[in-house]
Amino acid sequence: MNIIVTSIIVLGLIGIIGAAVLYVVAKRFHVQEDPRIDQVEALLPGANCGGCGRSGCRDFASACVCADTLDGLTCPASGSAVMKQIGEIVGLAAAETKPKIAVIKCNGTCDLRPRLARFEGAPTCAVLSSLGTGESPCPNGCLGCGDCVSACPYGAMKMNLETGLPEVIEDKCVGCGACVKACPRSIIELRYKGPRGMRVYVACSNKEKGAAAMKTCKAACIGCSKCAKECTHEAITIANNLSYIDYEKCKLCRKCVDVCPTHAIHAVNFPVKKAPAKEKVEETA
Amino acid sequence: MKLHTFKIGGVHPAENKIAAGKPIENLPLPEEVVLPVSQHIGAPATPVVKKGDKVKRGDRVADAGGFVSAPIHTPISGTVVKIDTARTPQGMPVQAIYIKSDEADRAADAEAMTNREKPARTEEEIAALDGKAIIDIIKNAGIVGLGGATFPAHVKLSPPPGSKAEIVIINAAECEPCLSCDDMLMRENPREIVKGVELLMRAAGVNRSVIAIENNKPEAIAALSEAASSVAGIEVMPMKVKYPQGGEKQLIEAVIGKEVPSGGLPIATGAIVQNVATAYAVYRAVVLDEPLMDRVLTLHDGETGRNLRVALGTILATLVPGKEPEKIILGGPMMGRTASTLQTPMIKGTSGILLDSRYAHRRPMENCIRCGKCTEACPMGLEPFLISTLSRLQDWDEAEQQKIANCIECGSCSYICPASRPILDFIRIGKGKVMAAMRARAAAAKA
Repeated sequence: MNIIVTSIIVLGLIGIIGAAVLYVVAKRFHVQEDPRIDQVEALLPGANCGGCGRSGCRDFASACVCADTLDGLTCPASGSAVMKQIGEIVGLAAAETKPKIAVIKCNGTCDLRPRLARFEGAPTCAVLSSLGTGESPCPNGCLGCGDCVSACPYGAMKMNLETGLPEVIEDKCVGCGACVKACPRSIIELRYKGPRGMRVYVACSNKEKGAAAMKTCKAACIGCSKCAKECTHEAITIANNLSYIDYEKCKLCRKCVDVCPTHAIHAVNFPVKKAPAKEKVEETA
Repeated sequence: MKLHTFKIGGVHPAENKIAAGKPIENLPLPEEVVLPVSQHIGAPATPVVKKGDKVKRGDRVADAGGFVSAPIHTPISGTVVKIDTARTPQGMPVQAIYIKSDEADRAADAEAMTNREKPARTEEEIAALDGKAIIDIIKNAGIVGLGGATFPAHVKLSPPPGSKAEIVIINAAECEPCLSCDDMLMRENPREIVKGVELLMRAAGVNRSVIAIENNKPEAIAALSEAASSVAGIEVMPMKVKYPQGGEKQLIEAVIGKEVPSGGLPIATGAIVQNVATAYAVYRAVVLDEPLMDRVLTLHDGETGRNLRVALGTILATLVPGKEPEKIILGGPMMGRTASTLQTPMIKGTSGILLDSRYAHRRPMENCIRCGKCTEACPMGLEPFLISTLSRLQDWDEAEQQKIANCIECGSCSYICPASRPILDFIRIGKGKVMAAMRARAAAAKA
């Protein structure tokens, strides 16, 4: 009996002394933190995706609070509305930003690209890209191991097993750019989401010359520059045998889409096109 | 007698050298060649010919693109058809020179081939050459390390200021399974090789050389011992059979017992390592005045093995008639790289073509059970399971702390792993990242 009482007393004392020490330390070394950091952090998505270029949401929040101006500080995942709220909390004006979305600049589905080899190593794009062109002959195209899918903190990427290409789930993608960093072939780009999700882009990254590109993949951009000639807004440039549409300049007229001989230019989320309705779309854009 | 070998790690894969003892077959020159400008480690060579130019066998078609680079010579006479992209065996595009011969060219080449063993320099002329002159000949002949790493030979022979060479080690270990091209070269051309070694010793300014041969090649050891017996300073050293004996750092440790410091150059130990095929190429360059235009490789298809002397730029598919095999490995089964196609030219580093279906598939991957076999096997004393995981998790800083940059990519870890994990695959990624970061830091520190 005695031994039980003693242990209770001893352990209780240790507990009380420990609590006292902790209390003193907590009071003495208390770090004064701006309460606005917590407020800002509460507005952020909390996925720590790194899309803002900071190491996480809390880091971004403290950067916002400490900053003199909100220029260059944007949370791509939350968008303009949240940035405006953050601006109100910290008393600064937040710049308007257009929402962005990831696009996959490769359309080399399994039936468009011949399969040269079968890869049995560690199933990641990083390993595969270090070994050569991968399973298809395209030196720039998608490797299909899904590094982007595992990198996405929002679950906005999925692998389409039929095509062997990743797909972006539109309403989940926030444009944080985690997939862009993960892709060893740099085929993912962040582009403006566009009004009602309408956007036009070149779905190819192949830098080979026309004839070689044709052999590599039936859907490759061959750098023929037909689209650049057709474009009336000077939005299209050709470099490295590859066409690029500047999303800042593109007016979504879709003239380039029709002239592309390999259908490498994709227009998504447009209403079903009727031939005479072309001008109408331009107006809405 | 106790055989020399390196101290830590190593594995002994099944040797499978079925091409050993098969005489080297000289293949006829091909009618067209494709010469990629990047056949070596370092800067790609710059083409000096243009479309439509006539070239003669042995002409230089591309100049060295820097100090660590090597020129390229055409093995056939003919016309430059185009300078365009070709595919590497792994499918990546690379600039290449396409040359095609006609009737007259082929007749001229046939004539040249019959006289190819005739010395172009007399004994007196060779004796009059100093080290610098020999290095220049080697440099102009486009000779690179023919063991597979293709490091330009003249760079190793010109040590950086402050370091001094004491010994030339000739790497004749041929520790890769299946390959026996060096073995046959030694059996057939011991005198020429010893002459090449002598020239390398003079080029490096040393008076001692060791030819290190693994003990599973007794004929080669006998042939070279006999040829070297009359020359002072050259010793033939039989080695224990262990992979990766032919690794530069392992060989230095095995032969002179000194360790190459981490991050340092092999010359820090006073040793210059050259492959035995490189020594033979040096003989041809200096004595016959012939640039590097062909090499010996082993063709191994599972049942039969052949040793072939093939002109550089030959399309590999012409060596293997019939349908595309299940799997193509260029080089040995341990360090060779898988090729996705045979429609690719052979280059200076192609030491073997393996079509053995035994190597066609990996075993299915399982979980790491921390058995530590990879750590025991690692000849560099690393912990492969750890650095592989760090690399997979992209913890580059910790990977650097764990000396990922010291990995020689020999593949002993992946070979020995009972769970068949692709350990080296991930280490390679991490090594690339860490080396790039280290170079960037060094450049920033300099600036």
